[in-house]
Amino acid sequence: MCSEKIRKLSYSLAINEAFHQTMERDTSVIFIGQGVKSPWYVGDTALGLIDRFTEERVIDTPVSENAMTGAAVGAAIVGMRPVVVHPRCDFMMYALDPIINEAANWHYMSGGHSSVPVVFWGVINRSGEQAAQHSQAIHAFFAHTPGLKVVMPATAYDAKGLLISAIQDDNPVVFIDDRWLYRTEDYVPEEFYSVPIGKGVVHRKGKDVTLVAISYMVPEAMKAAEELQLKGIDVEVVDPRTIKPLDEDIIIESAKKTGRVIVADVGWQSFGVAAQISALVSEKAFSSLKAPVKRIALPDIPAPASRTLEKAYYPMSADIITAINKMIVD
Amino acid sequence: MCPVHLYTGQEAVAAGICCHLNPDDYIFSNHRSHGHYLAKGGDLKKLIAEVYCKEKGCSRGRGGSMHVYDLEAGMMGSAPIVAGTISLALGAALASRIRKDNRVSITFLGDGATGEGVLYESLNYAALKKLPIIFVCENNYYSTHLPISEIRVSDQIYKVAQPFGVKTHRVDGNDVLAVSDVAREAVSLCREGQGPVFIEAMTYRMRGHVGPDDNIQGTHTDIRPKEEIEQWRLKDPLTRFEKYLVENNVCTQAYLSDIQECLQKEIEEAHHEACQDAFPDSKEIAKYVFRENT
Repeated sequence: MCSEKIRKLSYSLAINEAFHQTMERDTSVIFIGQGVKSPWYVGDTALGLIDRFTEERVIDTPVSENAMTGAAVGAAIVGMRPVVVHPRCDFMMYALDPIINEAANWHYMSGGHSSVPVVFWGVINRSGEQAAQHSQAIHAFFAHTPGLKVVMPATAYDAKGLLISAIQDDNPVVFIDDRWLYRTEDYVPEEFYSVPIGKGVVHRKGKDVTLVAISYMVPEAMKAAEELQLKGIDVEVVDPRTIKPLDEDIIIESAKKTGRVIVADVGWQSFGVAAQISALVSEKAFSSLKAPVKRIALPDIPAPASRTLEKAYYPMSADIITAINKMIVD
Repeated sequence: MCPVHLYTGQEAVAAGICCHLNPDDYIFSNHRSHGHYLAKGGDLKKLIAEVYCKEKGCSRGRGGSMHVYDLEAGMMGSAPIVAGTISLALGAALASRIRKDNRVSITFLGDGATGEGVLYESLNYAALKKLPIIFVCENNYYSTHLPISEIRVSDQIYKVAQPFGVKTHRVDGNDVLAVSDVAREAVSLCREGQGPVFIEAMTYRMRGHVGPDDNIQGTHTDIRPKEEIEQWRLKDPLTRFEKYLVENNVCTQAYLSDIQECLQKEIEEAHHEACQDAFPDSKEIAKYVFRENT
């Protein structure tokens, strides 16, 4: 990595740069999805792509998630490397058949003869009084399914590097991001680079408590950690970056060091990623634990519209701080 | 043995379509895929071994009868989720358009698949982009156990494609030459950039929906009227084609009998070998979940 070429870039433009660089290098990369022509749908993530790579490779589609996602899977089966975007991952539910029944199982069902190098990109659109069908985070569905890899980058650096890895992977990869991250900035190298799938990162070292944060909960976790530092509580923030395959070592190592684990996820609490990580820590670091593992996640309630209800619905840094204070005191 | 959906009775459809395809054209199939695979140039022994779920099978015993793959033969895969592979063939055709490789993609579907929305989504997009894809609907009058009159207002399936501006055909699916005639035209239209084409082939399965048990006629699970089955037996596509060949002096009955005898031996040998073949090693259960990146 050449440090001279590192500059600050927004999360959404980091995604855009990943597209420019992969599409330039590999003509089999195509970008399919509703609204790739429209900033209203995809922000500036698709900026300049049609001009550069034409509508043959940057394909806006009818509202047919099932068929168009299936078409991406079919194109991948015959050797293309499609990325199919669902600008609201709620609509991705229509495409669960090609994603799960077909793509996830395909390599296995074929006895290893065929593979599906496709990226299913879903965007979480939390809050904004958009209610239950425009706000859902469904990454746990995908992580539950054998044959899918699931990445959830929280920084612009990881967004670019993980999108490049996802496109280059010979397997179906679900790439989930959050609209709230799009304006966040990070140092992003101009060079073509990748972030390995299945490797987490420690964003902040600490000795008192391990805070495992997913996607948008990472900036909230960092905020919480900084505030707690002022009170003398030293929080280690671990970002798995990939939900599946999960970097178990980085979580267990940290859990053994601090003895206290809090998991903050952007999905629903029950049967979700936080539950999975909690079970993992119980299985592999039980004797190191000083307190039960705590989950911070969405309640088992559909996303509400009204802002007063939204405020109660989405956990933020204050909720993390409360949970950590309680854990330390207990 | 795994669930087996026999193709007996529908052979003229696969044969009439696939004889116009190149080895590198793509076919995507459904649960009743054995005939499609063999007609596309598949390997009988690999197919039978897969039906027995053996390691030497075309899908190494991981897929079974419902998941037949052979990329070299252009058999890109088959799946029993009804209508599940229609959009995959759509994507293969989209890839051919982008790469300008002049390939044609076929999706084989049954009359039951007309109940799934993805068929209409795929017809719309294929027509919108004039993609090189042929929708081959084998109308065998039964969706599992339900006769077509109980699942559709109209039994004229080919008409579903017409509102999309798709060229359509309805053909006697038990007449291999008739199927071949429409397939020839459909394939050349697709290669000329004038796709897609929708073909409804009227046919009938001579066995039950799925076996082993239900493939035996007369069991309690196959509830189709006996008289109906016997009427269709008279229209068997193989007997009809043999009759045509002999009556038109293309070959003699003796020549056909020789072919039958050879095939019978080949099939028996394939079953015999498959029975002797090894099952997959249980230690390799986790192999093939992911492809190792190259």
